[in-house]
Amino acid sequence: MSAAELLVVERPSRLRASTRFLRSELKIIFGRRRNIAGLGVLAAFPVILAVSVRLSPGQGGDPNFIGSITGNGLFVAFAALALELPLFLPLAVSAISGDSVAGEANLGTLRYLLAVPAGRTRLLVIKYTAIVIFALIATLIVALVGTIMGLALFGGGDMTLLSGTQASMADGVWRLFLSSLYLAAQFSALGAIGLFISTLTEQPIGATIAVLLVNVLMFILGTISQLDWLHPWLLTYWWTAFGDLLRDPMATESIQRGLITALVYAGVFWLAAWARLSTKDISS
Amino acid sequence: MTSALADSPPIVSSGLTKRFRRQIAVDSIDLEVPAGAVYGFLGPNGSGKTTTIRMLLGLISPTAGEISLLGVQMPTAARDVLRRVGSLVEGPAFHPYLSGRANLGRLDAADRYSDPRTSRKRIDAALDRVGLLAAASKRYRAYSLGMRQRLAIATSLLMPRDLLVLDEPTNGLDPQGTREVRHLISDLASEGATVLVSSHLLAEVEQICTHVGVMYEGRLVAQGPLSELRASTVQTVRVDTDRPEDAARVLAELGLSEIASSTGYVTATLGDVAVEKIMPNLVNACVPVLGFAVLQPSLEDVFVSLTGEGFDVSG
Repeated sequence: MSAAELLVVERPSRLRASTRFLRSELKIIFGRRRNIAGLGVLAAFPVILAVSVRLSPGQGGDPNFIGSITGNGLFVAFAALALELPLFLPLAVSAISGDSVAGEANLGTLRYLLAVPAGRTRLLVIKYTAIVIFALIATLIVALVGTIMGLALFGGGDMTLLSGTQASMADGVWRLFLSSLYLAAQFSALGAIGLFISTLTEQPIGATIAVLLVNVLMFILGTISQLDWLHPWLLTYWWTAFGDLLRDPMATESIQRGLITALVYAGVFWLAAWARLSTKDISS
Repeated sequence: MTSALADSPPIVSSGLTKRFRRQIAVDSIDLEVPAGAVYGFLGPNGSGKTTTIRMLLGLISPTAGEISLLGVQMPTAARDVLRRVGSLVEGPAFHPYLSGRANLGRLDAADRYSDPRTSRKRIDAALDRVGLLAAASKRYRAYSLGMRQRLAIATSLLMPRDLLVLDEPTNGLDPQGTREVRHLISDLASEGATVLVSSHLLAEVEQICTHVGVMYEGRLVAQGPLSELRASTVQTVRVDTDRPEDAARVLAELGLSEIASSTGYVTATLGDVAVEKIMPNLVNACVPVLGFAVLQPSLEDVFVSLTGEGFDVSG
């Protein structure tokens, strides 16, 4: 250890409101090759979708917006969102949220963060904010790549909404943006479940798998008609409601119910994560 | 540096206990680390040192007992006090794919009080101080064990600290590195910080500690200034002489015990006999004294006398 000149720094006594910790968190998420590769897969899907529809025309009448793609390229984005909804997007959010606390515990960095002290509540606020931002970016990437590919291969112009009426291109883009926000909110709620599960274990992969299982379970329960009393309480039940944004006028009832459900899930599971982490013995 | 001139010592615990399911890891210990001390927190592996340190830093909550850190009750005041405490807990832990510098940057960013404008400067100064500046932009995963340990020490140097809690800071370091860390700790202490340094290697800390606390199977079996602790254990005198039998007789008359004479010298246990009485009596008995010494017990001797056992892993 060289005899470095002493750096005379007064220990600051002032609290700083700063986004530094959040930026550091985002840098860790988006600086990781694994996560970038994951986003790459999400972005590759609309490309594959657009190209395959382009190469095999004349198969109209498909469900999930695919049939509408040839009419307006914007539908590539809607179709990609609908098709990545059951697995790809939840998987990405599961990976990030499952890793959030368990990953730090697994590396041992959690004890150093808490000794700084980062503060347990603040850590959970930062971690969850980063998950929400990731969910938003992941959804927007799918929408954006879908839009670009769609417009490039099929062109834009006025679009025919699900209700049969015509809407301008700008209106369509606006509806796509709202759909992305709606889905990002839904995935953020899933991320809160992931944050909670992540506080239960030191195994990030285990946490990720558990979040995905919860997600799949909700989807399965949502298909069992004998359990229809349960359906409105399932987070995933409301996910496909984003299609209502493609009606004229927009049908907002399901959207509102979906948003409230997402908000409740997010609140309950964030609090559960807080209750768990704030009393947990950090022995990793 | 605002010094720890608080009325109470930087670390005080009373009845501090931690029970994990069946096992009592820490059993009602009363630590007291005085201001300005370099406190050697000693004990074999598994004796409860790290559990105690985790409780001091608010990472785990005690089953019973209280902790006051820099005069403030833990863990309630952890938020305000911990930033005055630099710590190294149970080995280094960092993000493997970030550089050493980026890892320190992350910890600095997590500190609500740190000034982003001085961040880079403080990080580089900390890296320089532990001899890592040249490897600052290397990924952590490429660091050797010794470099990782140095980086962990650097985290505690990002801010001026009143108290440093260093758990096994020399683990994995080569002899040169160990020496450097010893110097660093001495430097920090001379700048006014109180240091608690845990170790399972007695000889390593013996040279820098002013105070010692000895853990054994979850209990704090001894604590105090190193000199007192040494004095409290059995002291041995050694008389070099060419007439060991005569010397042994004089020592026996004085009341020393466990006298052992060999060619050229006699050793005996001092007991309650005043050291200054020995020489005049030897001279009066015309024993030629070639050398006389009161042998300082090593920490190892102290430990064995406290626990009746060697310094091995306790279960």
